[in-house]
Amino acid sequence: MSESVRDFNEYKSNLAYDVKNLNLWYGKDQALKDISLQIEKNQVTAIIGPSGCGKSTFIKTLNRMIENIPIVKTQGEILYNNKDIFDKSIKVEELRTKVGMVFQKPNPFPKSIYENVVYGPKIHGIKDKSMLMEIAETSLKGAALWEEVKDRLNDNAYGLSGGQQQRLCIARAMAVQPEIILMDEPTSALDPIATYKIEELIDQLKKNYTIVIVTHSMQQAARISDKTAFLLMGELIEFDKTEKIFSNPRDKRTEDYVTGRFG
Amino acid sequence: MNYESQFIKENKSESKYEYVSTYKIEIDQKRTTRRIKLSNASRYIFSLSLVFALSVLVILLYRIGVDSIGWLNFNFLTGRLSIFPEKAGIFSVIMGSVFLTLIVIPVTLILGVSTAIYLEEYASSGKIRRIINTNISNLASVPSVIFGLLGLTVFSRMLNLGSSILAGGLTLSLLVLPIIVVSSQEAIKAVPGFLKEASLAMGATKWTTIRKVVLPVAIPGILTGSILSISRAIGETAPLVVLGIPTLIMTTPTNIFDDFTALPIQIYYWTLDTVLTPEYANLAAATIVVLLVVLFIMNSAAIIIRNKFQKKF
Repeated sequence: MSESVRDFNEYKSNLAYDVKNLNLWYGKDQALKDISLQIEKNQVTAIIGPSGCGKSTFIKTLNRMIENIPIVKTQGEILYNNKDIFDKSIKVEELRTKVGMVFQKPNPFPKSIYENVVYGPKIHGIKDKSMLMEIAETSLKGAALWEEVKDRLNDNAYGLSGGQQQRLCIARAMAVQPEIILMDEPTSALDPIATYKIEELIDQLKKNYTIVIVTHSMQQAARISDKTAFLLMGELIEFDKTEKIFSNPRDKRTEDYVTGRFG
Repeated sequence: MNYESQFIKENKSESKYEYVSTYKIEIDQKRTTRRIKLSNASRYIFSLSLVFALSVLVILLYRIGVDSIGWLNFNFLTGRLSIFPEKAGIFSVIMGSVFLTLIVIPVTLILGVSTAIYLEEYASSGKIRRIINTNISNLASVPSVIFGLLGLTVFSRMLNLGSSILAGGLTLSLLVLPIIVVSSQEAIKAVPGFLKEASLAMGATKWTTIRKVVLPVAIPGILTGSILSISRAIGETAPLVVLGIPTLIMTTPTNIFDDFTALPIQIYYWTLDTVLTPEYANLAAATIVVLLVVLFIMNSAAIIIRNKFQKKF
């Protein structure tokens, strides 16, 4: 384990992320403007806003997945466990081990259910078969999928329904033992029942994980999150306790958005 | 959904943007019947072109089949080459083609797939990469005789490999390399980005992601393209003629530095000498049957591999 991860592990604070003056550009277009916010541990932080406001960009910056787009430039600091994730001493591979991600569209690998879950542990060096089986079971139980798939672990993951696939992706992310799970509109491709199951799961997960979730649905943010950030055209308009945002927002634009007056 | 949509919504409620149609589509039964007839006829028009291609092929196969009757037997497959048609066998010729294949497969697969991985996954997408890509596609359509000249210059003369199996194999490898690079690139490009993202987001390195996610998904496409182009290499004559492969080799090659002859080139020489010895035409026909069987087997393998590994997303 390298030094940077040891630092990640040892640091104790109730802050998971401390974002300071984050700016981000796609080429010449500025997508995030001077964003500062603090994300607390073991809480669900929702990010809401109309399409194109930069919420997906923001969440992908938290594990530096955004850097896969070559034209992206960032400025500012994101402190994760008190270390700037843009610092040269940070290896993205280690950051992403500690910060898992679930995507908008369920994206299991075209492999068996079991192989999907143990992919992460395997690439991080766990070879022992019984250990991997244990990881698969724990993770699938953690993602509330075990009962549904325990008899067909060797079946292809593409045989699962969309909701099950998404829970498999959550199990796959959990198998790497992250501290934080980022979710980029995890239920936008799912039907209401599957959505309900995922929301129930998120509520369970926050005991052990810090969750940041981007969502299109304001009801979802209101139902599951502790804190909500409202982004509009790359700017952080308001960030507060979820009840406050939905009942008594400070900013007129937040009020317009959450009451459905636009967007 | 930004501030503008707010206004559109408000205006809508006052039904300012009510949709009023300025035209009407009416059903004209005569016209509909005509269109359906044309649609049905198109099926036959297109099938005609298939009939043309197939009939040419059938005639060719028939002529070859008739010519090779009585000549294609066990002795022909296992015997040595000879100037006497009755005694001639093509065992050494088959071995020459086998040796060539054994060189072409590893060289093209390793170099071709590596190049494709570099271009698709590592090279930054800029002007230089576009130029390289265009050039590779162009190389894929350069006539094979030019690759023969290249092989003659580099492998036969500069590296002093003469007309050995190694020189021939490397020349044929050059010939099909661009095709394998392009088809492998296509296969790698077709791997959905969300699978790569999933792997990277779990802390996998780029190379791990390529090895465990990209290649397993791309391999059916890579193998299909490769087998098809390698079977093209096996059927190539021109580059080998340019290399100066001897007309009559009595011995079976034992290693890659031996002189050799291969199926297509033997067909070519026998056909050339038909004027002197008419029976050579029958030998050529029998050899063509052998070559076609080999190609048929390889192409079937390509199809089987594609069907077996193909995965849906």
